[in-house]
Amino acid sequence: MSSSATHRGAAVVEVTDLHKSFGSNHVLRGLDATIRQGEVVCVIGPSGSGKSTFLRCINLLEQPTSGSIKVGGEEVTDPDCDIDAIRRNMGMVFQQFNLFPHLSVLDNCTVAQTTVLKRGKEEAETKARDNLEKVGLSDKADAYPAQLSGGQQQRVAIARALSMDPKLMLFDEPTSALDPELVGDVLSVMRRLATEGMTMFVVTHEMAFAREVADRVIFMDGGSIVEEGVPSQVIGSPTEERTRVFLQRVLDPTHVDPGAEDEAHAERHRAAAAAAGSTPGVPLDPQR
Amino acid sequence: MSTAITDAPAKKKLSPRRRAQRIRWTQYALLVAFVIAFALGADWGQIQSVFFRSDLVKATLTEGLPNAFKNTLVYTAGAFVLGLLLGTVLALMRLSSVGPYRWISTAWIEFFRGLPAIVVFIAFSLLPLAFEGLVIPYDPYGTVWVALGLVASAYMAETIRAGIQAVPPGQIEAARSLGMPAGVATRKIILPQAFRIITPPLTNEVILLVKDSSLVYVLGLSAAGYELTKYGRDLASSNANLTPLVVAGFCYLVITLPLSYVVRRMEARQKKER
Ligand SMILES: Nc1ncnc2c1ncn2[C@@H]1O[C@H](COP(=O)(O)OP(=O)(O)OP(=O)(O)O)[C@@H](O)[C@H]1O
Ligand SMILES: [Mg+2]
Repeated sequence: MSSSATHRGAAVVEVTDLHKSFGSNHVLRGLDATIRQGEVVCVIGPSGSGKSTFLRCINLLEQPTSGSIKVGGEEVTDPDCDIDAIRRNMGMVFQQFNLFPHLSVLDNCTVAQTTVLKRGKEEAETKARDNLEKVGLSDKADAYPAQLSGGQQQRVAIARALSMDPKLMLFDEPTSALDPELVGDVLSVMRRLATEGMTMFVVTHEMAFAREVADRVIFMDGGSIVEEGVPSQVIGSPTEERTRVFLQRVLDPTHVDPGAEDEAHAERHRAAAAAAGSTPGVPLDPQR
Repeated sequence: MSTAITDAPAKKKLSPRRRAQRIRWTQYALLVAFVIAFALGADWGQIQSVFFRSDLVKATLTEGLPNAFKNTLVYTAGAFVLGLLLGTVLALMRLSSVGPYRWISTAWIEFFRGLPAIVVFIAFSLLPLAFEGLVIPYDPYGTVWVALGLVASAYMAETIRAGIQAVPPGQIEAARSLGMPAGVATRKIILPQAFRIITPPLTNEVILLVKDSSLVYVLGLSAAGYELTKYGRDLASSNANLTPLVVAGFCYLVITLPLSYVVRRMEARQKKER
């Protein structure tokens, strides 16, 4: 594993020898990773390599089989740790948005603030509107999720997570369920978050995004981290054969042009990925 | 033109569409024949005097009907509320990770669903005899609510459980990842969606409850506590005429038909939203 990552701040997440099995299916086979304050870390890798499982272990949506996960210095696998308190500091964005369909957009963004953080209604609504503004949806506050496009729903999901003032944002393939023309809006919101210094851990198949925004890229295959480093190295000139094979398949196989980063190429890569039947990747966000 | 393609000279064979048409006409003809025979053969005067005697209709309507109608509604409403509360608890117990909760809830549900409602009511009518000094408050409503509510809770628990399980797992994950404890996530996120999903089947259960409330006569209610069936039946037998029962039956339809209509509307809307 390369250690060329920029070490900007304190470790927000420290994963040591993480194993996860579903029955006899050994999905994660000893992962080690550190996410630092302000970093954007992207995880890429083929379908079924365990990217989502890795991400979901960090906020304990999956219970690790063994190993250690420290978030802000606290061991989340410790039965004595208050996982709800840790999750409050960690936003999660899902591939399928998972907005609350019975609540308006505004209420989606306030319900956890008022029930969990005990914020007053007014304070919560102000915070929610600020974040809706940030994702460009201040005019949709009173709409219901079903009335929004996928891209709009995903941006609401980001606003909902941001409304808890998280220190870290987890994204599990946030653009994979979107029509191609809606992907750009979500990515630009994420790009802006990264610019503002948010620590982000992103599973993604958006190679152009990873290349441009990530401080570090982790390539996973078969439940292990195969290669890790700055994007120009992992995506630009991978040292591992498996990484190369994967990238060739995801990037346009008839059009090997690893330097291209413009939107047109990104579009083609997405189409190629979809055509290859590969599952969408979860983008990794670097920590502040 | 339907046989144009086959070269067999099947002159007599009708095309499927023609045959269907002929069968349909036969059905209409049969129906008309029956209606005519019934209209000519029936003794309309007799029918009217047995089922729709106007003086008895009037007597039924004015005497105790408003009270009986009110009682049916109050019994049903109270049992519904009790059944809903108890049913929700039972459904949550059924989905609990604590084994004994699941067992208790399953046993309860299977027990009360497996018994005829009238057996439960008979048992309740005997309770005060068996336990001397046992008083269920708000007589007679308290007893009816508890008896009918117990039966309702078992049915509703199963409906509510299905509703909770129909909420996509991503919803609880989203709620928990926002830091909501399980209880808050259940109250704020899961149950509201579950109840929206099960509003139509739950309304159907109200209809069943309205009808089951006709069995509470076995609890031995005083005249002031009569519901529609008991009231109509007593009046019918004392007059040796079916008219009061017909009127009572009509009252049930006044309650249940609009409810069925609402259920159908809701189901159609849910289908469209999906
Ligand atoms: N809840 C679960 N129960 C059983 N097996 C699971 C569960 N979740 C994931 N798996 C298995 O774990 C493996 C890794 O799944 P995971 O979703 O982490 O892969 P992924 O890298 O995110 O793939 P994708 O790109 O398709 O999303 C797969 O073989 C999957 O079948
Ligand atoms: Mg995944």
